[in-house]
Amino acid sequence: MKLVIGIVRPEKANDVLEALYRAEVRGVSLSRVQGHGGELDRVETYRGTTVKMGLSDKVRFEIAVSDDFVQPTIDALCDGGRTGEVGDGKIFVVPLERVVRIRTGETDNRAVTPVGA
Amino acid sequence: MPAQIDTGDTAWMLVATALVLVMTPALGLFYAGLVRGKNPLNTFMMCISAIAVGAITWAAVGYSLAFDGTGDLVGGLGHAFLKDVTFEPRDEMTIPHLLFMAYQATFCILTVALISGAVVERMRFGAWLVFAALWSVLVYAVLAHWGFGGGWLIEGGTLDFAGGIAVEMGSGFSALAAALVVGARKDYGRQALLPHNSVFVLLGASLLWFGWFGFNGGSGFTTGQNSVLAFTNTMLCPAACLLAWFALDAIRGRKVTAVGAATAIIVGCVLITPAGGFVSPGWAIALGAAGALPCYAVIVWRPRTRVDETLDVLAAHGIAGFTGILFIGFFAQQNWNAISDGLLYGNATQLKWQALAALAAPVYSFVVTFALLKVVGLVMPLRATELDESIGMDVTQHGEEAYASGEGAILVSPEAGIEEPVPVADSA
Repeated sequence: MKLVIGIVRPEKANDVLEALYRAEVRGVSLSRVQGHGGELDRVETYRGTTVKMGLSDKVRFEIAVSDDFVQPTIDALCDGGRTGEVGDGKIFVVPLERVVRIRTGETDNRAVTPVGA
Repeated sequence: MPAQIDTGDTAWMLVATALVLVMTPALGLFYAGLVRGKNPLNTFMMCISAIAVGAITWAAVGYSLAFDGTGDLVGGLGHAFLKDVTFEPRDEMTIPHLLFMAYQATFCILTVALISGAVVERMRFGAWLVFAALWSVLVYAVLAHWGFGGGWLIEGGTLDFAGGIAVEMGSGFSALAAALVVGARKDYGRQALLPHNSVFVLLGASLLWFGWFGFNGGSGFTTGQNSVLAFTNTMLCPAACLLAWFALDAIRGRKVTAVGAATAIIVGCVLITPAGGFVSPGWAIALGAAGALPCYAVIVWRPRTRVDETLDVLAAHGIAGFTGILFIGFFAQQNWNAISDGLLYGNATQLKWQALAALAAPVYSFVVTFALLKVVGLVMPLRATELDESIGMDVTQHGEEAYASGEGAILVSPEAGIEEPVPVADSA
């Protein structure tokens, strides 16, 4: 079991979701985050104040999967999230110690397998 | 008849002009609420820029082409750059000529802003400015001449109280052409593109209704009976349209929606725009209720097509204006308007002239707008790049965000230039 964390552009979030559904990855959480990954800063001006926006909006996917689904999940994140420009984001894969499905008490692989799969 | 200024009329028209002008920012708010959260500033700016562009083109040549003389198709250039537009009233009017010009300018401005609803979220701001300037002269001024200024429709006998021809059909059918030439947003039909702030939508629509009392109530140019009738009908017709819309919403989706209500306010105001000073209050209520149906049908049908006429200007203005113009042909009443009866009261000729207007205005606005945008498109790109469109038009067109938090923003002092600020995120 792994936790796959993908940080992508907000405007690509829908494409990533679509790719994940196609790869039959169903359990997904996402949150809006801000980050900086080496992309060129945007310059914005409000009256006399000019600022460089050092942080960009990103969307963070968190997907807990069984080992067989790690590669398909990574592929979906890459396919859906890539534009080729700096700032497309990163994927982190970390081991999972334990997973519990709250409704049934199922644990580990059974808990990360979608209902009905 | 010697021209004589009436102070009461003039006072009302000064207020009415300001009321109509505020409709354009109100429309900006309405439109801004309907787009996604990355585009409200650009959407609002398209409306604000219509004031900048439209007021100037109107003073330069638009007013003259619309209101100088009684040429069949277009007016003259006698009033170009406001030549001879002074404090003396126009023939048979009781307000200063200058005020009449300013009042009419606010109509031109609003109509230009209306079309932006068809192309929001992807049209380049620069290309929009160029289009807006040319459209205000080539389409609006010509249609205003036909309907108000002494052109073939008004001289023939078409009744159009406040702009069913130039404003409503002019914007609605131009919007359809603009949507076709500029093309759909890249995510259209693939993703749900939802309004990001429905409170803005309701607030904008309500403020538009408020301004509409000056739009319709001022279009008699006096404080006389036609103005009072139009003013009152501007309350009754949208109210009836709201009730009808509630019913249609409830039948279709079992719930009465807020964005639907905002749309109904606009549709109701548009329906009564041409008819305001010509039909009885009872018929105004009937118009609001019956006119909701065709507009509702088009609003439900349009998103199932490939035409991304984004904010449904065609349905809310084109179809509603068309309906209102035809309605006059049936239900106008001489004992209310002192001018003419419709078919129901024995005057079939009125219906003929209303039908002619309802055919000519859509054809002219669609064809000329289509050609105009094709030509502008040869000179400059009409659309933002796909990348810019996906990042959002606020940041890419204006370098601002509607909802900037300031988190991660590094102050750039003007004299230091923007070469080497320290990114705060890296210090962690």
